[in-house]
Amino acid sequence: MVVRKSRFARLASVLALAGTLTTAAAAEVGPAEKEDLKFGFIKLTDMAPLAVAYEKQFFEDEGLFVTLEAQANWKVLLDRVIDGQLDGAHMLAGQPLAATIGFGTQAHVITAFSMDLNGNGVTVSNAVWEAMKPHVPMADGKPAHPIKADALKPVVQKFKADGKPFSMGMVFPVSTHNYELRYWLAAGGLHPGYYAPHKGDSSGQIQADVLLSVTPPPQMPATLEAGTINGYCVGEPWNQAAVFKGIGVPVITDYEIWKNNPEKVFGVTQAWADKYPNTHIRVVKALIRAAHWLDANDNGNRAEAVKILARPNYVGADPQVIAASMTGTFEYEKGDKRAVPDFNVFFRHHATYPYYSDAIWYLTQMRRWGQIPEHKPDSWYMETAKKVYRPDIYAKAAQALIAEGKLKASDFPDFASETGFKPPQSEFIDGVVYDGRKPNEYLGKFKIGLKGQDKI
Amino acid sequence: MRLAFTNAIPLRLGRANRVEIPWARLVRTTALSMLGIVAFLFLWAAAARNIDTSLGQFPGPAEVSAQAANLFQEHVAERERERAFYQRVEEFNARRLAEDPNYQPKPRQYTGKPTFLDQIGTSLVTVAAGFVLATLLAVPIGIVIGLSQTLYAAINPLIQIFKPVSPLAWLPLVTMVVSAVYVSDNPAFSKSFINSMLTVMLCCLWPTVINTAVGVANVSKDLVNVSRVLRLPWLTHVRRVVLPGAIPMIFTGLRLSLGIAWMVLIAAEMLAQNPGLGKFVWDEFQNGSSSSLGRIMVAVLAIGLIGFLLDRGMLLLQRALSWDKSAILR
Repeated sequence: MVVRKSRFARLASVLALAGTLTTAAAAEVGPAEKEDLKFGFIKLTDMAPLAVAYEKQFFEDEGLFVTLEAQANWKVLLDRVIDGQLDGAHMLAGQPLAATIGFGTQAHVITAFSMDLNGNGVTVSNAVWEAMKPHVPMADGKPAHPIKADALKPVVQKFKADGKPFSMGMVFPVSTHNYELRYWLAAGGLHPGYYAPHKGDSSGQIQADVLLSVTPPPQMPATLEAGTINGYCVGEPWNQAAVFKGIGVPVITDYEIWKNNPEKVFGVTQAWADKYPNTHIRVVKALIRAAHWLDANDNGNRAEAVKILARPNYVGADPQVIAASMTGTFEYEKGDKRAVPDFNVFFRHHATYPYYSDAIWYLTQMRRWGQIPEHKPDSWYMETAKKVYRPDIYAKAAQALIAEGKLKASDFPDFASETGFKPPQSEFIDGVVYDGRKPNEYLGKFKIGLKGQDKI
Repeated sequence: MRLAFTNAIPLRLGRANRVEIPWARLVRTTALSMLGIVAFLFLWAAAARNIDTSLGQFPGPAEVSAQAANLFQEHVAERERERAFYQRVEEFNARRLAEDPNYQPKPRQYTGKPTFLDQIGTSLVTVAAGFVLATLLAVPIGIVIGLSQTLYAAINPLIQIFKPVSPLAWLPLVTMVVSAVYVSDNPAFSKSFINSMLTVMLCCLWPTVINTAVGVANVSKDLVNVSRVLRLPWLTHVRRVVLPGAIPMIFTGLRLSLGIAWMVLIAAEMLAQNPGLGKFVWDEFQNGSSSSLGRIMVAVLAIGLIGFLLDRGMLLLQRALSWDKSAILR
């Protein structure tokens, strides 16, 4: 009954639109098929677009009544999206890709909205920092940034010589943090270990110098304090929390590992998107407005965003901890505060656009560390990216916003000519150039990591 | 029959004494319990001052009462936001109706966060549902195996094996089974509610089963013989002889079960992220803000207090339903 009615309603609105053939009408999105939605998130500052879209009533402007719910960890979050308890969620960029290719849980998950750029850091315990410090180049009496993993190498070798394992935490096997931490370690000559899913080994510690293991983000500081891990890579506010609590020192941000790297996405299942196409577009519209609000007036709204995020039902950490990174500074060693204006980017640099080249970068890293156990042709990378990343849905949402006058065309990439590939990027910590169109050639450039026909 | 008489007599004779309230004893116990609480508060405050965590000092009584007040204020503020929300929903519905006369507004739940008091309500409803379900299963099972030595021998090993299983072990199985079996487009209950309820049920079943069985098996042989002489049908036998005789033991089991149910529920909510007090504790732990420990402490005290009240409630019920008014129940 209900279905038939909404279909009828859509037909009616299409007919009405046909009468007034203007560009504005063409961009109009029909009413949401599902008005009551539940989205999941993990307590991290980069869930901000969801909180802002709720608090600023951008969701309600789209006729959506959204409940936001914090989830225990990334696995629970993904499972709940797949089995339908959640309509969608704040996800790691690697999650929809890994789910779709069947590494871990298998399910076709897609994304039409990239939530932010950057926002992560690598923190080591105080003891490790003391041991690292003599190997860190200094400038003006302060450590010269970016700090490379070369400075960590002697510390890890010392651990090895003493017969102790050197362990670090990351948040999930397919998380950006895992790949960034691996990238940083490998660039400094430390092997982060291979996965071998075809042999049933999902520990990711084969041949490893540094043993990486999963810890949920909010528990990172406690786990570091307990001595279970010697360092970790995580999103904010959990690096700054280590500084505030005096239990660790952030050594590098992911902005320095790969400038303006894509971080979280908003993921839904393909089945959900097929069933509720207008709802999906409307969700993306609300999120685009939220992201725009977060970056508007040169981060002018960030102080208000911090207040929202500090509420116990969102991130819930102390406001000064959240503010540290959200307002464009980052504190490394206690007292060593530096300006990192692009530490959290929500909208600038077309941050919300789901680029195919971003998807392919994550796929290359999955191949590099054995999560994709065998060689795949370049065309496979392309097809997979297209299956998961959906700029077409994003474009519909953006055009609707432009038509409504809420945002300007200049806020977005030129949809007519955009290919979904960023030009080759060189701003990585090791200077290796990445061209999304040639994933296998890219893999060949790394000293550490699987390439070509390599197999564990 | 004989038992009922001997009990009725002292009650009637005792009427003259009943008006006398033992003031002296009452004052003494009250004073002693107050003393205990005050001593605890002092010890707590002193200990809290000496415990420094990475989230700041461990919360003392003052910090905790401040947080309790905070939580209540947040509850009031949230209700205010809820009113505003419903106002906006009305406006939205009116707008949609104007655009499309066929639009049917749906009743809509408030989308804001559940407050501490809401979480208490959710936990109480969940524990009640799990406990009632467990009771409906456990009492009949207990009666049946209590009446038949053969069945008891067959089922007892299973009970002994399942009884010590922790909720943490059941939970993943329950979660997976529920998400596979409980599929509906428009579910009456959320999956998380079903998960918590079933976990609670599985864990709190056993004390009632065992105590009911023991109670039933120990019903006075005289009464059983009377029933046999009168050739009472099986159901009447159970209703008139077995149940009244086993009531005290059944309630001992139910009280144990309810205590377990409450403890299990908090653990299940924490682990499975099901709404309720357990989730509140977990969320605050994850937040790791300077007020988190104080808020968790408020929840700990609330959990204890509610557990205590639940137990007292069962005790009152037991007293009201038990025929043996002279038995000492505590």
